[in-house]
Amino acid sequence: MPKTIEEINLKIKNGEAVVFTAEEIISVVKEKGLKKATEEVDVVTTGTFGPMCSSGAYLNIGHSQPRIKLGGGRVYLNDVPAYTGLAAVDIFIGATATPDDDPRNKVYPGEFNYGGGHVIEELVAGKDIRLEATAYGTDCYPRKKLETWINLKDLNEAVLFNMRNAYQNYNVATNLSNKTLYTYMGILKHNLGNVTYCSAGQLSPLLNDPYYKTIGIGTKVFFGGGVGYVAWQGTQFNPTVPRTENGVPKGGAGTLALIGDLKQMSSRWLVGTSMLGYGPTLTVGVGVPIPILSEEILKYTTVTDEEIIGTIYDYSDAYPNRRAEPIGEVTYAQLRSGKITLQGKKVPTASLSSYPRALEIANTLKEWLKTGKFELTEPVAPLPSVESGLTFKPLKERPIEH
Amino acid sequence: MVSKKIVLHFPKRLVDRPIVYHLIKDFSLEFNILKASVTPEQEGLMVLELKGKQEDYDKGIHYLTGNGVIIESLSQNVIRNEGRCTHCGACVTVCPVGAFELDTVSRQTKFHNSKCIACGLCIKACPPRAMELHF
Repeated sequence: MPKTIEEINLKIKNGEAVVFTAEEIISVVKEKGLKKATEEVDVVTTGTFGPMCSSGAYLNIGHSQPRIKLGGGRVYLNDVPAYTGLAAVDIFIGATATPDDDPRNKVYPGEFNYGGGHVIEELVAGKDIRLEATAYGTDCYPRKKLETWINLKDLNEAVLFNMRNAYQNYNVATNLSNKTLYTYMGILKHNLGNVTYCSAGQLSPLLNDPYYKTIGIGTKVFFGGGVGYVAWQGTQFNPTVPRTENGVPKGGAGTLALIGDLKQMSSRWLVGTSMLGYGPTLTVGVGVPIPILSEEILKYTTVTDEEIIGTIYDYSDAYPNRRAEPIGEVTYAQLRSGKITLQGKKVPTASLSSYPRALEIANTLKEWLKTGKFELTEPVAPLPSVESGLTFKPLKERPIEH
Repeated sequence: MVSKKIVLHFPKRLVDRPIVYHLIKDFSLEFNILKASVTPEQEGLMVLELKGKQEDYDKGIHYLTGNGVIIESLSQNVIRNEGRCTHCGACVTVCPVGAFELDTVSRQTKFHNSKCIACGLCIKACPPRAMELHF
């Protein structure tokens, strides 16, 4: 009866770990019962693959000869601006960065065919990236201009550091107005023309560990096709949202800040993405293993799409004006059926996060665990849960007197 | 009456000949040119909406193919780049004719080429830009 992470790791090393995906575990527990399944199962794997805007990578490009201080200067990667407010040759490229000459929404809706997310995808795919930089020049860093190709393999460090990934549940979006909306939730057709959603539901990492009993700081995860770690709770972390009896949050709640070496990741799991009329972003693959340390932890992993509720918001008014006025609740099972009934109307549904690719992540992680390629880590600190009382605060604007 | 959207590929040797003219004159067909790219000494391409009696339409098509014009139905020209498609399903509610369908068993997003009218709405709506318009 191995029920510590250390003991599970021993089984992983010996190639004996019993692992199921968060989809498979539902029927396993139904068949065997919770008690017997807890004894037998070591790990449940989860996965999610969706657009995650708070993603980016920091790079150390090495020092040129003569030296240049990019810090405080300007850097473009394939015409996409990178952040330089750091030391001489450290830069950060964010997923939603947009080329200066992109028309954005001046030609509405903007196409946003290329941005930071695409730079990251091309970088990880091993393609050469054009770096153009200007700097002010100092006595120790005299150079003022730099134009060069860079490649992932030549960089000192290339680290994917996403400050908010793997949202635990999310808004469900629709449009009550009489015009088409172009949003980060996709194209929303007028007069309740469609409903969009973006969660891996029963496969989603944090929905399988709703009170963060196993996932903590230091948890080793599948990240962009390689290995990464939970660095911190993600931004907008909000454990105190309304939950169902099973503990499942009814809207966006917990999030993860993740970190990992870009050099071992793959462009299959980091895909440059363009949201029409909204902007460029990065679709990220994340998978978290959940060690089955108790019946309670296993019980949480058996959550099904029928039990996960999403809250529907109108993106023509309530959402942009930040009014917490939901227009309904719906289960992910209903959403995945392709049609829901809303305000007496049958409305077609569309997903923005890929369930088949989330499943592929859960299966890959399962394979890694079964073949001893991936061992679990013990979290070094927990994520703040419900008892922390932590909430996600709106901005309180304080007018500046002139 | 039938009305179909078709893509005509003209081999080099036919580019200088008034092929389409005969569709009106000999077969009483109406047509609307949706796209044309015809350059002397090169292969030509034309996207037509062709309208007329079924009998005349069939004769017209027979005339075109008999002269070496290669005909494709329009839907063949919106192509899904399978390498880029992530099967997220964002396209499903964007397509006006329901050419995309979520398979509730495999959870994959199917693209029914035969339903496609090549309107192009899915091209910019696809987040990873997997839909491509090929002529």
